[in-house]
Amino acid sequence: MAKYPTEPLKCWSKAKELREKFYREFSEAHEKGGLRWMGSAWAHDAIPQGLGRDVKCITGEPYGASCAFDRPLSAEFLAATENYGFARDLCSYMRNYWGSILVNKYALGGEFPKADFAFSQHICCSHAKWYQNACELEGGDVPLFAIDVGAGPYPPFAPKLYEHRVKYVQEQLLDAIDWLEKVTNRTYDDELFLECVWNDVRSTHTWAKICMLNRAVPAPLDEKSIYSLYVFGTLQKSHPEFADFYEELYDEVTDRVQRGIAACPTEQARVMSDTQPPWGFLRIYRYLESWGAVSIGSLYTFGLEGMWLYDDERDEFEPRPMPAEKPKTREEGCMLLADWHLSKPEYQHFYHPEYKTRMMAAMAKHWGVNGIILHYNRGCEGLSVGIAENRLGLLKRGFKVMTYEGNMGDEREFDEKATETRIDIFLEALGLQKPE
Amino acid sequence: MIEKFEEWYRNRHEYQTDWKQRNPDKKMVGFFCTYTPEEIFYAFDILPVRVLGSHEIQDVTEPHIFAMFCPYCRDVLAQGLKGKYEYLDGITIGASCIHLRQAYFSWDIHRNPGWSHYLPMPGHVQSPRAIPFLKGEYELLIKKLEEWTGKTITDADLKRGISIMNDARRAMKKIYELRKQDAPPITGVESMYMTCAQFFTDAREFTPVAERVYDELQTRKLDRPVGKRLMLVGSENDDLEFIHMVETLAEREPVGATIVMEEHCTTTRYFWDEVDTSIEDPLEAIAERYVLRTPCPSKDWPRRSRLDRILQFGKDWNVDGAIVVQQKFCDPHEADIPFVRKHLESNGIPTYFLEFDVTTAVGPFAIRVEAFLETLEAEEDLF
Repeated sequence: MAKYPTEPLKCWSKAKELREKFYREFSEAHEKGGLRWMGSAWAHDAIPQGLGRDVKCITGEPYGASCAFDRPLSAEFLAATENYGFARDLCSYMRNYWGSILVNKYALGGEFPKADFAFSQHICCSHAKWYQNACELEGGDVPLFAIDVGAGPYPPFAPKLYEHRVKYVQEQLLDAIDWLEKVTNRTYDDELFLECVWNDVRSTHTWAKICMLNRAVPAPLDEKSIYSLYVFGTLQKSHPEFADFYEELYDEVTDRVQRGIAACPTEQARVMSDTQPPWGFLRIYRYLESWGAVSIGSLYTFGLEGMWLYDDERDEFEPRPMPAEKPKTREEGCMLLADWHLSKPEYQHFYHPEYKTRMMAAMAKHWGVNGIILHYNRGCEGLSVGIAENRLGLLKRGFKVMTYEGNMGDEREFDEKATETRIDIFLEALGLQKPE
Repeated sequence: MIEKFEEWYRNRHEYQTDWKQRNPDKKMVGFFCTYTPEEIFYAFDILPVRVLGSHEIQDVTEPHIFAMFCPYCRDVLAQGLKGKYEYLDGITIGASCIHLRQAYFSWDIHRNPGWSHYLPMPGHVQSPRAIPFLKGEYELLIKKLEEWTGKTITDADLKRGISIMNDARRAMKKIYELRKQDAPPITGVESMYMTCAQFFTDAREFTPVAERVYDELQTRKLDRPVGKRLMLVGSENDDLEFIHMVETLAEREPVGATIVMEEHCTTTRYFWDEVDTSIEDPLEAIAERYVLRTPCPSKDWPRRSRLDRILQFGKDWNVDGAIVVQQKFCDPHEADIPFVRKHLESNGIPTYFLEFDVTTAVGPFAIRVEAFLETLEAEEDLF
């Protein structure tokens, strides 16, 4: 029985168009005289964009997720990777990506578009290795530059912001610009770079503001829809159209909150999740909703690209404020990018699970969550690091926690029926009743 | 004297407890990865000891580490959860793979002995920015150690720490050189006992023993066939049962082998590279050593620099084949293995791949290694 009014998002089709255009532009870049690069969703993508507006990218994680969504295609890619000799427990995004190269098939149609260079960041063991191997599989002549961001936790999880840590990242970013000029034979456009830096800050800040709106009851957004929206930060956060889109989305979601429009009209209970979902089985979110449970998001969807700060004293989790001033020089731009992204919530658990537990607990409190569902994701070691300790830490704080095991990008490792059974038991424990 | 290494390996806890009794005013810190700068701990007169697994079945880590992480990290955590290291004063890790970090984190949460330190170790070791960054991290570590111990250290203390570690490394390298001989005077098992013993003991007590062993090895003749000369390549590997099985195959089968070299983090990746004492600033010299040492594959990018050293080891130790070993779920190595095998094979060194768990599947592995050795024989027959 509907408790709240609901309606589709007005900007839904625009989101689809933007995403399709992004992938198309990557494959068509060479025809238009442009360049193509590949790299991690967490890459400081404003850096290569200073080479020109005709420089287009593909980021491996959302591409891997798109492959996983198409299960037969994904099976072909995964088999190709295993036949090459790679272990099947490696990151499943990465295996889908390598499989695409090996099969020479682009998930969006046609042959896999070879990149001119690779530009990534590195925090989990696989990030730079992903593109090191992709470069090799693409023929061995694709150059790679990766930025190590494993420089330690950001305050309040470190006692202070240590200068040498930010400088380490900033200087690598400056080195990357010199390297890009060398490998592409192009002159770097600092003005364009600074514009992209600001777009990055704008989109990652605005995304966090949008997620804040989901504190409202009823939640204006459900997590299955959020997956289609957070993705722009992972595709290219420095993209002007994506930054603009998030501002438009913010206005629309604000309007939904003001009018009491629910994502799930039967919302009775609120849950939050963790890590990437099994992309081929997103219908489990609709299954939750059939019980009247809406998943309001996760540290993953909020903080993978959204920029937040955890306030230790207030146990509050809020969007990181925009910088007071725009950067004016290349050095300032790189410093801003380094500092801004080192505070990324989803970087902090690499230094201790307790940091993530604290952010998750604050989220659960402020977003009015009744239960927490943790995906023990066999497909991503980076985001499941410490997850068992997160579970223990959340239970200790009095939260109700459910876990299920699966894989974001390898359907062979997800048992849908067993997961639904676990959901049934968990939601019953939250006081909900199984739908007729 | 060589038996001393096995004794230390098997009785690590007894040795370490005894060391504490002999040095009641000194501290002992357990470290989880070879990226920990032991030199700095020695400069403080703190004994760094590496925590390895015990290769025993355990059931205590499941609530703490998700089962898709490597068995080694779970085995290491089990040692803490089962209270086997209650005598430690502190724990630390120089950041390497994220698997092992979890063992450290859970240990920190549930078994913190009173002091712990996570040391960010640069991943981009091929960048000129890595050494200054690491030096900055060492300065933070030193400050924390000064607060903990109430001591301040000087460059002379750091140089003493460097000397202690370099001496131990040099002693082991000299012994490794002997393994180049047609009939090595030391087996792979004995070598592994030696390198692990160095983890578990005070280097100042280890090195004189290693030097005496080196002298003894000059005239030592082993009453066993060398068989095929094999190299082990891969992730953490102190699977002595496996090495013993390989080296005793000839007692049961028509083929046999000796492990004459390894490239993994229990042996050469750990000790092969020394700190350059010609660098004036000892802290910078230590940072340089850890940045420039043969990297863990998680740090070996954009160039896969490990391949050259692996091949060079293979050539210098005149190996007939390489067994590429991997801890199950070890992502950094899994990402490298197809390329390691390709590189070795294209340079004439046949390879065989084995995946390891906490306990060694000696029976099935014996059949597989035997088959590999037979293929090496077949090649000889053909040419």
